[in-house]
Amino acid sequence: MDTIQDGGRYGHQHLGINPNGAMDRYAMQVANALVGNELNEAVIELHFPASVFMFSQPALIALSGADFSASINGEPVPNLHCIAVNKNDALQFHRPLHGARAYLAVRGGLEAIDWLQSKSTNLKAGVGGYKGRSLEKGDEIRIKRKEETLPFLKEEEFKVLPWSADIKFCENTKELLVLPGSEWDRLTGEAKDLFISTPFIVTKQSDRMGYRLLNNPLQAVTNEEMISSAVCFGTIQLLPDGKLIVLMADHQTAGGYPKVATVITAHHSRLAQLKAGDGIWFRLADHATAEEMLGRQQQHLQQLQNACILKLQNYLYAPIH
Amino acid sequence: MNTTGFPYRIFPLGDSAITIDFGNCIDEAINENVIQQFNKIRQDPFPGFIEALPSYSALTLFYDPVLLRKTIPAGTTAYEWVKSKAAEILQDLTATESPAARFFKIPVCYDTNWAKDLSALAMAKNLDIEEVVHIHTTTIYKVFMLGFLPGFPYMGEVDKRIEMPRKTQPHSILSGSVGIAGRQTGIYPMDSPGGWQIIGRTPLKLFDSSKEESSLLKTGDRVEFYSISKEDFDTIKEAEDKNRES
Repeated sequence: MDTIQDGGRYGHQHLGINPNGAMDRYAMQVANALVGNELNEAVIELHFPASVFMFSQPALIALSGADFSASINGEPVPNLHCIAVNKNDALQFHRPLHGARAYLAVRGGLEAIDWLQSKSTNLKAGVGGYKGRSLEKGDEIRIKRKEETLPFLKEEEFKVLPWSADIKFCENTKELLVLPGSEWDRLTGEAKDLFISTPFIVTKQSDRMGYRLLNNPLQAVTNEEMISSAVCFGTIQLLPDGKLIVLMADHQTAGGYPKVATVITAHHSRLAQLKAGDGIWFRLADHATAEEMLGRQQQHLQQLQNACILKLQNYLYAPIH
Repeated sequence: MNTTGFPYRIFPLGDSAITIDFGNCIDEAINENVIQQFNKIRQDPFPGFIEALPSYSALTLFYDPVLLRKTIPAGTTAYEWVKSKAAEILQDLTATESPAARFFKIPVCYDTNWAKDLSALAMAKNLDIEEVVHIHTTTIYKVFMLGFLPGFPYMGEVDKRIEMPRKTQPHSILSGSVGIAGRQTGIYPMDSPGGWQIIGRTPLKLFDSSKEESSLLKTGDRVEFYSISKEDFDTIKEAEDKNRES
């Protein structure tokens, strides 16, 4: 399932409109930085098997996030580079090597339905992105920038520009830092121990709404019914059978299951790249750590964005390559 | 405890939100207080504030911790700062201009064609179908919150005589379906899987993304249902669909 997503739709959760947006927002922002876009510009989020894209005009693109062994016209191309593509070039994805979600950014951004200040696809309301739905064969997505002038690009070739973002997605470590939630103390002492000392397996019942985890059931000290209240991306809820579910980008705005913990924002990228069968470990963190990690991540993005703008300027407007 | 008399507790919801919890309950006065605080905070947002989400008995504040930390003393976490800011806001007893509650009369066709679970509910409650409809249409409900789906109203309270727990397995439910879950009643704005007991269907559009006010109902609104025939349902629905196309 491939959809158009951006940094998310905020300010409307009180109407039941959830934020949507890219699952791996960090990877999306890296892809945008590489092509010199605003960090939250709309991109295409890809799940394997992903669509094949045919370009009808020259463009500068970048791939980020999961590695689906991409190729252009049959020749392998790397993630985390800016790539100049020509008219009639075909981009396709062959094997899911690492991670679960790849991002395709195009310099200038994509023309998409803007709803409530966001181009993210809301599948429930059928609005935003491309006709409010996931992409289908034959769809034509327009690039906002009319025509890319790429004097260095000879006819019938594409070019991988000679620099890349030094970022590792889908690292081997599957440790996720979490902050305890409002119902953390509903877990028995033994359940708390299990929570932080045993692996949880991501099951096939996992999608943009949430991941169901496989684990030894966690016992609660009470099964008192909960009244619905706000949840968010990364919230870990305890289901009545003692299993856990982690909420993702298309989560409902409110939920009635106990919220035992929430994955810190700096680890949402790691979380978003998990696929069925992956084992993960939860570790407790504190707010200072969570906030500082997020601050460093954003600082790094800012630096990457600035560096890419300079590199692109020098490359695109230099006389000879 | 704040001076308005509503005791509360504050919990973190991850590193970018806090929830002010006034007690795990369905209570009109508490919900009214939640809506008051929601309006107050939106009128005077703090640095880094993103949005607020009112629910039955809690208010959640979403914020950008990195942005906020640029404006607060070094060494303070954004969480600690928002927590004490929330306490400060709750202390402030200045009355806020809350928009007046609006009143809606919503037509519902209780024909068993649309009301898949109505007969079973009536049977379980030892009532005639007509009695269930009468009880459902003679209560004025309050919209306590919106959630689950865009524009989905959680309304209460349903008369004890027709309360019914939600189903154990979700079913596919048509847009406009009116359901009961415990002492709550709600309307599905769009086709969706769901577990509420379906007792009727309204031809009205609860949610229309092409409109500036996309959701028909807002938190705090009052709703009364009235029973319509199958024919009326078709006539109103046709008009609603036309209205959308134009």
